[in-house]
Amino acid sequence: MSDHRPILYCRCAYAKVLPEEVKDRVLERLIDSNLPFESVSDLCEMSARKDPGLVALSQQDGLRIVACYPRAVKWLFSAAGAAIQTESSQSESSQSESSQSESSQSDAKQPGYIEVLNMRTDTADMVCAKLGIGTIETAEGAES
Amino acid sequence: MIATNRERPRVLLYEGAGAEPIDAALRRSIVPKLLDRGYTVTRITQNANLGNLGHTELIILGHFTRPADFQSDQGDLKIHTRDVRDDSLETLTEYIDAVAAGVSEARPHWKPWFPVIDYDRCTNCMQCLSFCLFDVYGVNQANQITVQNQTNCKTDCPACSRVCPEVAILFPKYKAGPINGDEVNQDDVRREAMKVDISALLGGDIYSMLKDRSEKAKSRFSKERDDDRALKERQRCLDKLKSNLDGLEIPAEVLSSLPSFDQIQSKAQAAKQRAEQALADASLKPTTP
Ligand code: SF4
Ligand code: SF4
Repeated sequence: MSDHRPILYCRCAYAKVLPEEVKDRVLERLIDSNLPFESVSDLCEMSARKDPGLVALSQQDGLRIVACYPRAVKWLFSAAGAAIQTESSQSESSQSESSQSESSQSDAKQPGYIEVLNMRTDTADMVCAKLGIGTIETAEGAES
Repeated sequence: MIATNRERPRVLLYEGAGAEPIDAALRRSIVPKLLDRGYTVTRITQNANLGNLGHTELIILGHFTRPADFQSDQGDLKIHTRDVRDDSLETLTEYIDAVAAGVSEARPHWKPWFPVIDYDRCTNCMQCLSFCLFDVYGVNQANQITVQNQTNCKTDCPACSRVCPEVAILFPKYKAGPINGDEVNQDDVRREAMKVDISALLGGDIYSMLKDRSEKAKSRFSKERDDDRALKERQRCLDKLKSNLDGLEIPAEVLSSLPSFDQIQSKAQAAKQRAEQALADASLKPTTP
Protein backbone atom coordinates (compact mmCIF):
# COMPACT_ATOMS: atom_id res chain seq x y z
CA MET A 1 0.00 0.00 0.00
CA SER A 2 1.71 3.18 -1.11
CA ASP A 3 1.60 6.38 0.88
CA HIS A 4 0.84 9.47 -1.19
CA ARG A 5 1.76 12.09 1.37
CA PRO A 6 4.32 14.54 -0.05
CA ILE A 7 7.97 14.21 0.95
CA LEU A 8 10.52 16.95 1.51
CA TYR A 9 14.14 15.85 1.85
CA CYS A 10 16.79 18.17 3.31
CA ARG A 11 20.34 17.55 2.13
CA CYS A 12 21.94 19.62 4.91
CA ALA A 13 24.51 20.54 2.28
CA TYR A 14 26.36 23.27 4.13
CA ALA A 15 27.45 21.37 7.22
CA LYS A 16 28.39 17.87 8.18
CA VAL A 17 25.78 17.30 10.84
CA LEU A 18 23.88 14.44 9.24
CA PRO A 19 25.71 11.13 9.00
CA GLU A 20 26.82 10.94 5.35
CA GLU A 21 25.79 7.34 4.88
CA VAL A 22 22.31 8.03 6.21
CA LYS A 23 21.59 11.06 4.07
CA ASP A 24 23.12 9.41 0.98
CA ARG A 25 21.29 6.11 1.38
CA VAL A 26 17.94 7.73 2.11
CA LEU A 27 18.25 9.95 -0.95
CA GLU A 28 19.32 7.05 -3.12
CA ARG A 29 16.33 4.99 -2.03
CA LEU A 30 14.02 7.92 -2.58
CA ILE A 31 15.36 8.39 -6.10
CA ASP A 32 15.05 4.67 -6.82
CA SER A 33 11.49 4.55 -5.59
CA ASN A 34 8.69 5.76 -7.79
CA LEU A 35 7.67 8.41 -5.34
CA PRO A 36 7.54 12.07 -6.23
CA PHE A 37 9.54 14.25 -3.85
CA GLU A 38 10.83 17.70 -3.19
CA SER A 39 14.45 18.10 -2.12
CA VAL A 40 16.33 21.15 -0.92
CA SER A 41 19.96 21.89 -0.22
CA ASP A 42 19.63 23.17 3.27
CA LEU A 43 16.53 24.11 5.24
CA CYS A 44 18.67 26.20 7.59
CA GLU A 45 19.84 28.38 4.72
CA MET A 46 16.27 28.70 3.41
CA SER A 47 15.11 29.75 6.86
CA ALA A 48 17.88 32.34 7.16
CA ARG A 49 16.74 34.04 3.96
CA LYS A 50 13.07 33.62 4.82
CA ASP A 51 12.51 31.65 1.66
CA PRO A 52 8.84 31.95 0.61
CA GLY A 53 9.13 28.35 -0.57
CA LEU A 54 9.00 27.25 3.06
CA VAL A 55 5.53 28.73 3.43
CA ALA A 56 4.40 26.99 0.24
CA LEU A 57 5.88 23.68 1.40
CA SER A 58 4.37 23.97 4.87
CA GLN A 59 0.91 24.20 3.31
CA GLN A 60 1.18 20.82 1.61
CA ASP A 61 -1.28 18.47 3.18
CA GLY A 62 0.31 15.63 5.12
CA LEU A 63 3.88 16.74 4.39
CA ARG A 64 6.65 14.50 5.68
CA ILE A 65 10.01 16.17 6.18
CA VAL A 66 13.20 14.14 6.16
CA ALA A 67 15.78 16.28 7.94
CA CYS A 68 16.93 16.44 11.56
CA TYR A 69 15.36 17.18 14.96
CA PRO A 70 11.64 18.03 14.74
CA ARG A 71 12.07 20.92 17.19
CA ALA A 72 14.77 22.45 14.97
CA VAL A 73 12.70 21.98 11.82
CA LYS A 74 9.59 23.48 13.43
CA TRP A 75 11.34 26.66 14.52
CA LEU A 76 13.33 27.00 11.29
CA PHE A 77 10.03 27.05 9.41
CA SER A 78 8.57 29.43 11.96
CA ALA A 79 11.51 31.82 11.55
CA ALA A 80 10.67 31.98 7.84
CA GLY A 81 7.02 32.80 8.59
CA ALA A 82 5.77 29.25 8.06
CA ALA A 83 4.01 28.02 11.18
CA ILE A 84 3.95 24.23 11.35
CA GLN A 85 3.01 21.69 13.98
CA THR A 86 5.53 18.90 13.98
CA GLU A 87 5.23 15.41 15.26
CA SER A 88 8.34 13.40 15.71
CA SER A 89 8.48 9.89 14.39
CA GLN A 90 12.13 9.59 15.30
CA SER A 91 13.68 7.32 17.86
CA GLU A 92 13.92 9.76 20.71
CA SER A 93 15.94 8.39 23.57
CA SER A 94 13.25 6.70 25.61
CA GLN A 95 10.80 5.59 22.94
CA SER A 96 10.76 2.01 21.84
CA GLU A 97 10.69 1.25 18.14
CA SER A 98 7.22 -0.28 18.21
CA SER A 99 5.71 2.69 19.97
CA GLN A 100 7.36 5.00 17.43
CA SER A 101 5.83 3.31 14.45
CA GLU A 102 2.46 3.34 16.16
CA SER A 103 2.81 7.02 16.95
CA SER A 104 4.02 7.76 13.44
CA GLN A 105 0.93 6.11 11.99
CA SER A 106 -1.42 7.94 14.27
CA ASP A 107 0.35 11.26 13.70
CA ALA A 108 -0.17 10.82 10.00
CA LYS A 109 -3.89 10.94 10.58
CA GLN A 110 -3.82 14.21 12.47
CA PRO A 111 -4.65 17.03 10.09
CA GLY A 112 -2.24 19.96 10.11
CA TYR A 113 0.58 17.95 11.63
CA ILE A 114 3.82 17.53 9.78
CA GLU A 115 5.82 14.40 10.40
CA VAL A 116 9.57 14.91 10.74
CA LEU A 117 11.96 12.02 10.20
CA ASN A 118 15.30 12.55 11.86
CA MET A 119 18.41 11.55 9.91
CA ARG A 120 20.61 12.60 12.84
CA THR A 121 19.28 9.88 15.10
CA ASP A 122 17.68 7.27 12.86
CA THR A 123 19.36 4.81 10.53
CA ALA A 124 18.70 4.91 6.78
CA ASP A 125 16.67 1.70 7.14
CA MET A 126 14.46 3.26 9.78
CA VAL A 127 13.86 6.43 7.78
CA CYS A 128 13.12 4.48 4.60
CA ALA A 129 10.75 2.16 6.43
CA LYS A 130 8.83 5.15 7.75
CA LEU A 131 8.66 6.58 4.23
CA GLY A 132 7.21 3.29 3.05
CA ILE A 133 10.12 2.62 0.71
CA GLY A 134 11.14 -0.51 2.52
CA THR A 135 14.50 -1.50 3.80
CA ILE A 136 17.70 -0.97 1.87
CA GLU A 137 17.81 -3.10 -1.25
CA THR A 138 20.28 -3.15 -4.04
CA ALA A 139 19.71 -0.18 -6.31
CA GLU A 140 18.94 -2.47 -9.27
CA GLY A 141 16.09 -4.16 -7.49
CA ALA A 142 14.55 -0.96 -6.33
CA GLU A 143 12.96 0.33 -9.50
CA SER A 144 9.99 -2.01 -9.71
CA MET B 1 25.04 37.41 0.58
CA ILE B 2 22.63 34.48 0.31
CA ALA B 3 21.21 33.56 -3.09
CA THR B 4 17.43 33.81 -3.39
CA ASN B 5 15.02 31.68 -5.40
CA ARG B 6 14.89 34.43 -7.99
CA GLU B 7 18.60 33.89 -8.56
CA ARG B 8 18.83 30.12 -8.66
CA PRO B 9 16.84 27.82 -10.97
CA ARG B 10 14.76 24.96 -9.68
CA VAL B 11 15.42 21.60 -11.32
CA LEU B 12 12.57 19.22 -12.11
CA LEU B 13 13.11 15.54 -12.86
CA TYR B 14 10.09 14.84 -14.99
CA GLU B 15 8.99 11.20 -15.13
CA GLY B 16 5.28 11.68 -15.78
CA ALA B 17 3.13 11.21 -18.88
CA GLY B 18 5.08 11.49 -22.12
CA ALA B 19 8.36 10.49 -20.53
CA GLU B 20 10.21 7.38 -19.45
CA PRO B 21 12.10 7.12 -16.19
CA ILE B 22 15.48 8.80 -16.41
CA ASP B 23 18.45 6.44 -16.42
CA ALA B 24 18.81 5.21 -12.83
CA ALA B 25 22.55 5.83 -12.57
CA LEU B 26 22.19 9.38 -13.92
CA ARG B 27 19.35 10.15 -11.50
CA ARG B 28 21.30 8.78 -8.59
CA SER B 29 24.34 10.89 -9.37
CA ILE B 30 22.77 14.15 -10.54
CA VAL B 31 20.35 14.71 -7.63
CA PRO B 32 22.88 14.77 -4.76
CA LYS B 33 25.28 16.75 -6.92
CA LEU B 34 22.71 19.45 -7.59
CA LEU B 35 21.59 19.57 -3.96
CA ASP B 36 25.20 19.95 -2.84
CA ARG B 37 25.48 22.91 -5.22
CA GLY B 38 22.47 24.69 -3.79
CA TYR B 39 19.70 23.75 -6.23
CA THR B 40 16.19 22.71 -5.29
CA VAL B 41 15.33 19.44 -7.00
CA THR B 42 11.80 18.15 -7.51
CA ARG B 43 10.78 14.79 -8.95
CA ILE B 44 7.38 14.29 -10.51
CA THR B 45 6.21 10.84 -11.49
CA GLN B 46 2.61 11.58 -12.44
CA ASN B 47 0.80 14.54 -13.85
CA ALA B 48 0.96 16.36 -10.60
CA ASN B 49 0.71 20.07 -10.04
CA LEU B 50 4.09 21.66 -9.44
CA GLY B 51 3.82 23.90 -6.38
CA ASN B 52 5.18 27.41 -6.72
CA LEU B 53 8.25 27.83 -4.51
CA GLY B 54 9.04 31.31 -5.77
CA HIS B 55 11.57 30.44 -8.48
CA THR B 56 11.71 32.36 -11.73
CA GLU B 57 13.60 29.72 -13.74
CA LEU B 58 12.69 26.05 -14.02
CA ILE B 59 14.86 23.43 -15.72
CA ILE B 60 12.87 20.36 -16.70
CA LEU B 61 14.93 17.22 -17.26
CA GLY B 62 13.32 14.22 -18.88
CA HIS B 63 13.63 11.24 -21.15
CA PHE B 64 10.78 12.40 -23.34
CA THR B 65 8.81 10.04 -25.55
CA ARG B 66 6.98 12.87 -27.26
CA PRO B 67 7.85 16.53 -27.85
CA ALA B 68 8.04 18.25 -24.49
CA ASP B 69 5.81 21.29 -24.30
CA PHE B 70 5.39 22.57 -20.79
CA GLN B 71 3.29 25.60 -19.97
CA SER B 72 3.32 27.41 -16.70
CA ASP B 73 0.52 29.23 -14.98
CA GLN B 74 3.11 30.86 -12.74
CA GLY B 75 3.37 34.27 -14.38
CA ASP B 76 7.09 34.99 -14.51
CA LEU B 77 8.41 31.42 -14.59
CA LYS B 78 10.84 30.77 -17.44
CA ILE B 79 11.04 27.12 -18.48
CA HIS B 80 14.12 25.37 -19.92
CA THR B 81 13.61 21.82 -21.15
CA ARG B 82 16.35 19.24 -21.64
CA ASP B 83 16.11 15.70 -22.97
CA VAL B 84 18.74 13.89 -20.96
CA ARG B 85 18.88 10.54 -22.76
CA ASP B 86 22.33 11.30 -24.19
CA ASP B 87 23.66 13.18 -21.18
CA SER B 88 26.39 12.10 -18.82
CA LEU B 89 26.68 13.53 -15.32
CA GLU B 90 29.27 16.02 -16.59
CA THR B 91 27.33 17.29 -19.62
CA LEU B 92 24.15 17.62 -17.62
CA THR B 93 25.86 19.48 -14.77
CA GLU B 94 27.50 21.81 -17.29
CA TYR B 95 24.14 22.54 -18.91
CA ILE B 96 22.43 23.30 -15.60
CA ASP B 97 25.29 25.45 -14.36
CA ALA B 98 25.23 27.38 -17.65
CA VAL B 99 21.51 28.13 -17.23
CA ALA B 100 22.14 29.16 -13.61
CA ALA B 101 25.05 31.40 -14.63
CA GLY B 102 22.70 33.23 -16.97
CA VAL B 103 20.41 33.98 -14.05
CA SER B 104 22.94 35.24 -11.52
CA GLU B 105 26.56 35.12 -10.45
CA ALA B 106 27.69 32.38 -8.09
CA ARG B 107 27.45 33.46 -4.45
CA PRO B 108 30.17 33.02 -1.86
CA HIS B 109 29.66 30.03 0.37
CA TRP B 110 28.02 30.75 3.72
CA LYS B 111 27.57 28.12 6.38
CA PRO B 112 24.05 28.81 7.67
CA TRP B 113 24.95 29.19 11.33
CA PHE B 114 22.59 31.32 13.41
CA PRO B 115 20.33 31.07 16.45
CA VAL B 116 16.75 29.89 16.11
CA ILE B 117 14.29 30.66 18.89
CA ASP B 118 11.93 28.04 20.30
CA TYR B 119 8.96 30.26 21.16
CA ASP B 120 7.31 27.42 23.07
CA ARG B 121 10.04 27.98 25.68
CA CYS B 122 11.05 31.64 25.27
CA THR B 123 9.83 34.03 27.95
CA ASN B 124 10.96 37.17 26.10
CA CYS B 125 13.43 38.05 28.85
CA MET B 126 15.78 39.76 26.33
CA GLN B 127 18.97 38.34 27.84
CA CYS B 128 20.11 37.17 24.43
CA LEU B 129 19.54 40.63 23.01
CA SER B 130 21.56 42.19 25.82
CA PHE B 131 24.33 39.68 25.39
CA CYS B 132 24.97 39.56 21.65
CA LEU B 133 27.51 42.10 20.49
CA PHE B 134 26.87 41.50 16.82
CA ASP B 135 23.28 42.73 16.51
CA VAL B 136 21.96 39.29 15.63
CA TYR B 137 18.89 39.77 17.83
CA GLY B 138 16.21 42.40 17.61
CA VAL B 139 12.61 42.92 18.56
CA ASN B 140 9.66 42.78 16.19
CA GLN B 141 6.67 45.11 16.12
CA ALA B 142 4.99 43.10 18.85
CA ASN B 143 8.09 43.67 21.03
CA GLN B 144 8.93 40.03 20.82
CA ILE B 145 12.53 38.90 20.66
CA THR B 146 13.49 37.83 17.16
CA VAL B 147 16.58 36.86 15.19
CA GLN B 148 17.06 39.69 12.74
CA ASN B 149 20.54 39.49 11.29
CA GLN B 150 21.35 35.82 10.84
CA THR B 151 24.43 36.41 8.74
CA ASN B 152 26.01 38.54 11.51
CA CYS B 153 26.26 35.46 13.71
CA LYS B 154 29.80 34.17 14.26
CA THR B 155 30.11 30.76 12.64
CA ASP B 156 30.32 27.86 15.11
CA CYS B 157 29.83 30.10 18.15
CA PRO B 158 26.89 28.86 20.23
CA ALA B 159 27.55 31.11 23.25
CA CYS B 160 24.22 32.89 23.36
CA SER B 161 22.40 29.58 23.64
CA ARG B 162 23.95 29.28 27.12
CA VAL B 163 22.83 32.74 28.09
CA CYS B 164 19.21 31.77 27.67
CA PRO B 165 17.75 30.69 31.00
CA GLU B 166 14.96 28.79 29.26
CA VAL B 167 17.03 26.61 26.92
CA ALA B 168 15.08 28.30 24.11
CA ILE B 169 17.91 29.03 21.69
CA LEU B 170 18.81 26.43 19.09
CA PHE B 171 21.63 26.15 16.65
CA PRO B 172 20.38 23.35 14.39
CA LYS B 173 23.88 22.64 13.09
CA TYR B 174 25.41 22.34 16.57
CA LYS B 175 26.82 18.94 17.46
CA ALA B 176 24.99 18.23 20.70
CA GLY B 177 21.57 18.48 22.29
CA PRO B 178 19.52 20.27 23.32
CA ILE B 179 21.17 23.15 21.41
CA ASN B 180 20.86 21.19 18.14
CA GLY B 181 17.10 20.87 18.58
CA ASP B 182 17.03 17.61 20.49
CA GLU B 183 14.30 17.56 23.12
CA VAL B 184 15.02 19.52 26.29
CA ASN B 185 14.97 17.23 29.30
CA GLN B 186 14.70 18.04 32.98
CA ASP B 187 18.46 17.68 33.44
CA ASP B 188 19.07 20.42 30.89
CA VAL B 189 16.65 22.72 32.67
CA ARG B 190 18.21 21.91 36.06
CA ARG B 191 21.69 22.54 34.74
CA GLU B 192 20.64 25.93 33.46
CA ALA B 193 19.23 26.78 36.87
CA MET B 194 22.19 25.50 38.85
CA LYS B 195 25.13 26.70 36.87
CA VAL B 196 26.84 30.01 37.54
CA ASP B 197 24.56 32.78 36.50
CA ILE B 198 26.14 32.86 33.13
CA SER B 199 23.67 35.37 31.82
CA ALA B 200 24.73 37.83 34.48
CA LEU B 201 28.33 36.96 33.83
CA LEU B 202 27.94 37.43 30.12
CA GLY B 203 25.05 39.79 29.81
CA GLY B 204 26.27 42.46 32.13
CA ASP B 205 28.95 41.45 34.52
CA ILE B 206 31.49 40.50 31.94
CA TYR B 207 31.52 44.10 30.93
CA SER B 208 31.61 45.38 34.48
CA MET B 209 34.22 42.77 35.31
CA LEU B 210 36.32 44.15 32.51
CA LYS B 211 35.63 47.61 33.78
CA ASP B 212 36.37 46.78 37.45
CA ARG B 213 39.60 45.14 36.60
CA SER B 214 40.53 48.03 34.49
CA GLU B 215 39.60 50.45 37.30
CA LYS B 216 41.69 48.45 39.78
CA ALA B 217 44.56 48.44 37.39
CA LYS B 218 44.11 52.15 36.97
CA SER B 219 44.35 52.88 40.70
CA ARG B 220 47.24 50.52 41.19
CA PHE B 221 49.22 51.83 38.32
CA SER B 222 47.83 55.36 38.36
CA LYS B 223 46.97 56.45 34.85
CA GLU B 224 49.29 54.16 33.01
CA ARG B 225 46.65 51.89 31.51
CA ASP B 226 47.64 51.31 27.94
CA ASP B 227 46.29 49.23 25.09
CA ASP B 228 48.49 46.29 25.99
CA ARG B 229 47.21 46.19 29.51
CA ALA B 230 43.60 46.48 28.36
CA LEU B 231 44.20 43.66 25.96
CA LYS B 232 45.69 41.49 28.68
CA GLU B 233 42.77 42.24 30.97
CA ARG B 234 40.34 41.32 28.29
CA GLN B 235 42.16 38.09 27.59
CA ARG B 236 42.10 37.20 31.30
CA CYS B 237 38.37 37.85 31.45
CA LEU B 238 37.75 35.85 28.34
CA ASP B 239 39.72 32.95 29.81
CA LYS B 240 37.56 33.13 32.90
CA LEU B 241 34.51 33.31 30.68
CA LYS B 242 35.63 30.21 28.81
CA SER B 243 36.19 28.26 32.00
CA ASN B 244 32.66 29.16 33.09
CA LEU B 245 31.08 28.05 29.88
CA ASP B 246 30.66 24.49 31.01
CA GLY B 247 32.53 22.88 28.16
CA LEU B 248 30.88 24.95 25.50
CA GLU B 249 33.32 25.52 22.70
CA ILE B 250 33.63 29.07 21.51
CA PRO B 251 35.98 29.26 18.55
CA ALA B 252 39.22 31.14 19.20
CA GLU B 253 38.55 33.33 16.14
CA VAL B 254 35.32 34.47 17.73
CA LEU B 255 37.02 35.42 20.98
CA SER B 256 39.83 37.16 19.21
CA SER B 257 37.45 39.01 16.89
CA LEU B 258 35.47 40.52 19.73
CA PRO B 259 35.39 44.28 19.52
CA SER B 260 37.73 46.44 21.60
CA PHE B 261 37.08 47.09 25.27
CA ASP B 262 35.45 50.45 24.60
CA GLN B 263 33.38 49.08 21.76
CA ILE B 264 32.22 46.21 23.93
CA GLN B 265 31.10 48.66 26.58
CA SER B 266 29.20 50.90 24.22
CA LYS B 267 27.64 47.98 22.33
CA ALA B 268 26.61 46.30 25.56
CA GLN B 269 25.10 49.55 26.74
CA ALA B 270 23.19 50.01 23.50
CA ALA B 271 21.95 46.40 23.53
CA LYS B 272 20.86 46.73 27.15
CA GLN B 273 18.95 49.87 26.35
CA ARG B 274 17.22 48.20 23.42
CA ALA B 275 16.31 45.25 25.62
CA GLU B 276 15.05 47.48 28.41
CA GLN B 277 13.06 49.56 25.97
CA ALA B 278 11.53 46.47 24.41
CA LEU B 279 10.65 45.09 27.85
CA ALA B 280 9.13 48.39 28.89
CA ASP B 281 7.10 48.55 25.67
CA ALA B 282 6.09 44.94 26.06
CA SER B 283 4.74 45.63 29.53
CA LEU B 284 2.44 48.26 28.03
CA LYS B 285 1.18 46.02 25.26
CA PRO B 286 0.71 42.28 25.49
CA THR B 287 2.98 40.38 23.10
CA THR B 288 1.33 38.49 20.32
CA PRO B 289 2.74 35.27 18.89
S1 SF4 C 1 17.19 21.59 8.93
FE1 SF4 C 1 18.51 20.11 9.93
S2 SF4 C 1 19.06 18.69 8.28
FE2 SF4 C 1 18.28 20.55 7.31
S3 SF4 C 1 20.02 21.89 6.98
FE3 SF4 C 1 19.25 22.47 8.97
S4 SF4 C 1 20.41 21.19 10.41
FE4 SF4 C 1 20.67 20.27 8.40
S1 SF4 D 1 17.34 34.63 26.41
FE1 SF4 D 1 16.01 32.91 25.82
S2 SF4 D 1 14.07 33.25 26.94
FE2 SF4 D 1 15.22 35.19 26.98
S3 SF4 D 1 14.45 36.31 25.19
FE3 SF4 D 1 16.30 35.23 24.50
S4 SF4 D 1 15.50 33.29 23.66
FE4 SF4 D 1 13.85 34.19 24.90
